Amino acid sequence: MPETVDASGLSCPQPVIMTLNKIKEVDKGEIEVFVDTDTSKENVSRAAQSQGWDVAEITKSGTGYRMLIKKE
Amino acid sequence: MSPGDLEEVISGLPVISDPNLLVGIETADDAGVYKLSPDTALVQTLDFFTPIVDDPYQFGRIAAANAMSDVYAMGGSPLTAMNIVCFPSKDMPKEILTEILRGGLDNIHEAGAVLVGGHSVDDQELKYGLSVTGVVHPDKILKNKGAELGDRLILTKPIGIGVIATAVKGKQADRVALEALIEVASALNDRASQIMQKYETHACTDVTGFGLGGHLLEMAGASDVEIAIQAENIPVIAKAREYALMGMIPAGAYAIKHFCEHKVEIKPAVERVLTDLVFDPQTSGGLVISILPDHADACLRELRDEGIESAAIIGEVIGRHAKGKLQIR
Repeated sequence: MPETVDASGLSCPQPVIMTLNKIKEVDKGEIEVFVDTDTSKENVSRAAQSQGWDVAEITKSGTGYRMLIKKE
Repeated sequence: MSPGDLEEVISGLPVISDPNLLVGIETADDAGVYKLSPDTALVQTLDFFTPIVDDPYQFGRIAAANAMSDVYAMGGSPLTAMNIVCFPSKDMPKEILTEILRGGLDNIHEAGAVLVGGHSVDDQELKYGLSVTGVVHPDKILKNKGAELGDRLILTKPIGIGVIATAVKGKQADRVALEALIEVASALNDRASQIMQKYETHACTDVTGFGLGGHLLEMAGASDVEIAIQAENIPVIAKAREYALMGMIPAGAYAIKHFCEHKVEIKPAVERVLTDLVFDPQTSGGLVISILPDHADACLRELRDEGIESAAIIGEVIGRHAKGKLQIR
């Protein structure tokens, strides 16, 4: 089961900070991140990539997105 | 508001013209200009916004520098300023407002202008800015329009203010970045404006809410030209690149990029972080000066000698284009 960051309802840079904190905590594996806006989706992608994580999947979830990021 | 929304809102309004109104709302210029006599025209502008830094004094300085910048971008000098204040007086100590106004006043005085009054309203969200009146010689007005084929483009301040402000908002910005933001955003564009007028400058604008890319496109559109910028040559504030890579990019940057997309060509070799920064909305950014190529080096040297050390030649006007185009390479 992937770790979860629920940043729905939050505006940037909060989703980015929560994702970066979770990345620090788990070091590697899978994290699913829930965000509301295109801005958050783009920024969380950049945040993950800056730490060497891949954005494996982005799917619609309610009015926002579920992002799955991975590092092996 | 976003440039697209703003255009839509004002497009149908029955604004009348006047032969003395030299620059009005029909162009995307920085300020309005009204001719009073053959050698004097009024330059009028206003701007106000919510705090981008926590320090009230520095916020006041930044807001005042930003409001007066529109006058400098038109080649004018500010004469008088009026405070615009929205203040949550029930939730915030009045001393905070005093500090904001003190910061604003210091920059008004540094500009050689005087405060003549203002207006305040009670508001849940703090906002501050100025309405500014200046003067310019009617024959020496610098607009978005006028950039000529071959012109070099000089940018006088580094970009990245919106990115750092986003990091500040998330309490992620370190002291170095915060101090750099304050130094850049609170600096007046007065010297840059005076220096550019000594050379054959064809067009000018200041870089604010639509980001460097958005404002360059406004210049390109008004001048019917294609502008090319070299992304690697654009000065960037310390740490802004790092924060942009981490995803500290304001929503406005994506909105501007999306709005401009059909008029922008980005070469594949350009790093994504640089295009993110090109569309980062700036608060109190620098001037973009479109200048005769033979004058560009001398103007740049003088800007740097006068303490505007980040000034750089970032690109040039490469062709005619009916609707205006921007190439990032």
